[in-house]
Amino acid sequence: MSEGEMARLMEEVEEKKKLIGTIRNKPWRMKRRLVQLREAQQFVDKFEGALGKGKGRKWYAYKVMMTKKWIKFQRDFENFRTACIPWERKIKEVESHFGSSVASYFIFLRWMYGMNLVLFGFTFGLVVIPEVLMGLPYGSIPRKTVPRAEQPTAQDYSVLMDFNGYCKYSVLFYGYYNNQRTIGVLKFRLPLSYLMVGIGTFGYSLMVVIRTMAKNADVGGGDGGEGEFTFAWKMFTSWDYLIGNSETADNKFASITTSFKESIVDEQENQKDENIHLRRFLRVLANFLITCSLGGSGYLIYFVVKRSQDFASRDDLSWYEKNELELIMSLLGLVCPPLFETIAELEDYHPRIALKWQLGRIFALFLGNLYTFLFALFDEVNTKLEEEQAIQNASIWAMKEYYANYTRLLNDSESTPPPMDPSDVIRGPCWETAVGIEFVKLTVSDIQVTYLTILIGDFARAVIVRFLNYCWCWDLEAGFPSYGEFDISGNVLGLVFNQGMIWMGAFYAPGLVGINVLRLLSSMYYQCWAVMATNVPHERVFKASKSNNFYMGLLLLILFLSLLPVVYTIMTLPPSFDCGPFSGKVKMFDVIMETIDLDLPAFMGTLFSYAANPGLIIPAVLLMVLAIYYLNSVSEAYKNSNLELKKKMQMARDEEKNRRNNMDSTNQVMKDLEDLMPNQSLAPPAPPPEPEKTPEPETKPVKTKPGKGVNLQKDVALASPNPGAQRPVSRPPGPRGQGPGAGPGRGRGRGVPPR
Amino acid sequence: MDYTNDPECKLPLALIVNMPELNENPFRSRIVESFSEDGMGNLSFNEFVDMFSVLSEMAPRELKAIYAFKIYDFNVDNYLCKEDLEKTLNKLTKEELTPEEVELVCEKTIEEADLDGDHKLSFADFENMISRAPDFLSTFHIRI
Repeated sequence: MSEGEMARLMEEVEEKKKLIGTIRNKPWRMKRRLVQLREAQQFVDKFEGALGKGKGRKWYAYKVMMTKKWIKFQRDFENFRTACIPWERKIKEVESHFGSSVASYFIFLRWMYGMNLVLFGFTFGLVVIPEVLMGLPYGSIPRKTVPRAEQPTAQDYSVLMDFNGYCKYSVLFYGYYNNQRTIGVLKFRLPLSYLMVGIGTFGYSLMVVIRTMAKNADVGGGDGGEGEFTFAWKMFTSWDYLIGNSETADNKFASITTSFKESIVDEQENQKDENIHLRRFLRVLANFLITCSLGGSGYLIYFVVKRSQDFASRDDLSWYEKNELELIMSLLGLVCPPLFETIAELEDYHPRIALKWQLGRIFALFLGNLYTFLFALFDEVNTKLEEEQAIQNASIWAMKEYYANYTRLLNDSESTPPPMDPSDVIRGPCWETAVGIEFVKLTVSDIQVTYLTILIGDFARAVIVRFLNYCWCWDLEAGFPSYGEFDISGNVLGLVFNQGMIWMGAFYAPGLVGINVLRLLSSMYYQCWAVMATNVPHERVFKASKSNNFYMGLLLLILFLSLLPVVYTIMTLPPSFDCGPFSGKVKMFDVIMETIDLDLPAFMGTLFSYAANPGLIIPAVLLMVLAIYYLNSVSEAYKNSNLELKKKMQMARDEEKNRRNNMDSTNQVMKDLEDLMPNQSLAPPAPPPEPEKTPEPETKPVKTKPGKGVNLQKDVALASPNPGAQRPVSRPPGPRGQGPGAGPGRGRGRGVPPR
Repeated sequence: MDYTNDPECKLPLALIVNMPELNENPFRSRIVESFSEDGMGNLSFNEFVDMFSVLSEMAPRELKAIYAFKIYDFNVDNYLCKEDLEKTLNKLTKEELTPEEVELVCEKTIEEADLDGDHKLSFADFENMISRAPDFLSTFHIRI
C-alpha cells in the first residue's frame, strides 16, 4: 500500500472510530444505529490489524467502564450525603402541601438546631464535663451545697420547677463552678475555659450567621434574572420523571399546582392597578394604630416590672404573682401579632411585603419586651451587689465566731478546728446564678406558652371546627373560625428571640444550651405534625423570597443586642465573692491576665502589654474603618456592573426577538440609523415563497405510511444541525420546476419526486 | 405471543405504561407513543431500548430536547400550540387550576418562548428555551 493510501485508510478508520464513539448521540432509530455500528466495527476490525493498532478497542472499552463506575460512585455518594440531612423528607412533604414560605420556616428551624448543637458541644465538652469529672463533687464546698435552711424543701417539685433547691446548686448554673485555677491531673484551667467558651459562643454564632448570609446573597442575586422563561420552565421541567411511588406523585402534583399558583399570583400583582390616595391614607392609619399598640405593650411591661419589684420584698406570693412577669411577656407575644395582622389588612400589600412589615412590627414588640426585662434584671443585680458587701462581712465574722467557740469548748488551742459544715456557711446572694435562673425560667415559660398555643389555638380549633360542624347553624369550615393558617412571622420571630435569650443566658447558665437543643428537637416534630394535621395552606400562596437573608439579618441584629449585656457585665460588674469560677477576682477578665502572667512565656506578657497600648489600638480601629469603606465601594461597583450586563443581555434578547419577528427594531438608536440608511434594513427580506410556505410540508403526513420512507424524513428533519438558523431565505422559490439535481435535501422533504 | 414463529413481536401500549417506572408519570402514554414507529404506542424491542436510552442519564441534551418536544406535542403537528400546552398543564396539575389560570399560564409560556411570533412554539423556540433550563437534564431522566 502506498503512503497516500495508508494515510487515507487511517483517516477513514479514525472516522469510523469516532462514529462508534458518538453513535449514542445520534437521533436515529435503533435499527439504523445497529446497522451503522456493525458496519463501522467491521471496517475498523478489518483495517486496524493492517495498521497494527489492535489494542485500541480494549483500552477504549476499559476507559468507558471506568467512567461509568466513577459516575455511579459519585451519584451514590451524593445520594448518601443527601440522605444524611435530617428531616429532609418531612420538610419536602410540608413544602409540597403548603408552599415554599412555610417550608422556609422549617428549614430555618433545622439550621438553628445545627448551630445550637455545636454550641452545646462546646459548652458541654469544655465546661460541664471537666467540672463534673475532675472538679470537687457535690457537698464538698459551700457553693456546691444546698444551705441548711433550704434543705427540707430542696426536693419539692414546686421548688425544683422554680429552679431552686437541688437545681440551683447543680452544673446547670454559674454558681456551682469552682474557682480553682487548675483542676485534676490534666491541669485543666476551668475559669479560663469558662470565659473562652462564653466568648467563643458569640464568635462562632457570628461567623456562622455571616457565612450563611454571604452564601444566600450569592444565590439570591435579586429578581432580575429569574424572570426569564419562568412559566415555560415550570411547564416543561417541573415533573420529575423518576417518581414511581403514588404518594410521592400526589405530593409532586400538589407542589406543582402550588408553584403555578405562586407564579400566577406574582404575575397578577404586576398587573394590578392602584388607587393611590385611598391606599396611602389606609396605610398611615394602620401604622398609627400599630404604634399605639406597641406603646401600650411597653407601658404594660413597665408597670408589671414595677409591681414585681414590690413583690420581691414580700414573702407570701401566689404562683401567679411569682411568675407574673414571664406570663405577661409571653401573653403579649401571643396576643399582639394577630392584632397587628388584622390591622395590616388595611394596607393591602403583596403578601411577601406584608410578611416583611409584620415581621418588623413583631420584632419591635419583642425587642421592647426583652430590653424592659433586662432593665428589671439589672435592678435586681444591683440590689444583690449591695447585699453582698454586708453578707461578706457577716460570713467572715461568723467564721471567726465558730473557731472561737470551738477552741473555747475544747480548751485546746493547738489543734486546728475542722472546717465548718458546708451547708452551714453563710452564703452570698450570688447574682449570676439569679440571673441565670431568670433566663431559664423565661425560656421554659416561653416553651410552655408556644406549645400550649399550638395545642389550643390550632389543634383544639381544628377538632371543634371539624366535629361541631355537623350540628352548627353556619358552615364553620368556610366562615368563622375555620381552620388556622400557619403563622410564619410569629413563629420565625419566636425562634429568633428565643435564640437571643439563649445567647444572653448561656454565660450564666451553661445548661441553658442543652435545654434549647431539646426544645428545638421536640419543636421540629411537634410543629411538623401540627402543620400537617391542623393547618390549611394560605389563601394566597406566595413564594418565599429567594434569599433568606431577611431572617438572617434579624438573627444578626439579635446577636449583637444579646452580646451587649453580657460584655457589659463581664467588663464592669464584679463577680460574686463566693460562687462561680471567677470568685475572688476583681473583674472577670482578670482570669486572662492571670493566664498570661503565669502560663505563657514572659515575652508574650510584654507583647500583650504593648498591644493593649491605646496608641496602637486607635490606629488599628481606623485602619479597619478604612477597610470597611473600601470593601463597601468595591461591592457597589460590582453590583453596578452586574446591572449593566443584565441590561445588555435583555437588550440583545429583545433585538433578536424583533429581528425574527421581522418587525422594526425597537431600539431608538438603531431606528434612527435605519432612517438614515433606508436600504439596509436590519430585518431579512421577506422570502418570496411566503404564501407557499404553508402548504409546504411542515405538516408532515399525520397518517404514518409504513415503510422506511417516512421515518427517514423524520430523522433528517429532526437531526438537522441548525433547526432555527437563518437559513429559510436561501431556499429556492418553489417546489415545482426542480431539476433532478435539485439536491437530495429538497426532494426528500416531500416524498413526491419532482417531475 | 409466539416467539419461535414470530420473533419480531410488539408490546401493546397498555402493557408498557403499567411498568413501575412509568406508572405514575402523567405523560406515560405520550412517551411510549413518541418512540413507537406506528405512532400508536406499540413498541418493538429496539424501540423499547431506544426509549430508555434516551431517557437515561447518558443521553446528550440535544437528543433529550428532541424527544421532549415530541412528547409534549399532543396533536403531532410539530408545533407546541395552545391546545398542546393546555393539555400538558392539565396533566401536570390534575386539572386543579381554573380555566382562567390555565389560560394565563399558556399565554405567558408562549409569550416567553415564542421567537418567531406565530403564537406557537416550534422546535427552535423549544430548544432555545430548554437549553437554558437548569433542571431539564435531571428531571427528564428515568432510571431502569
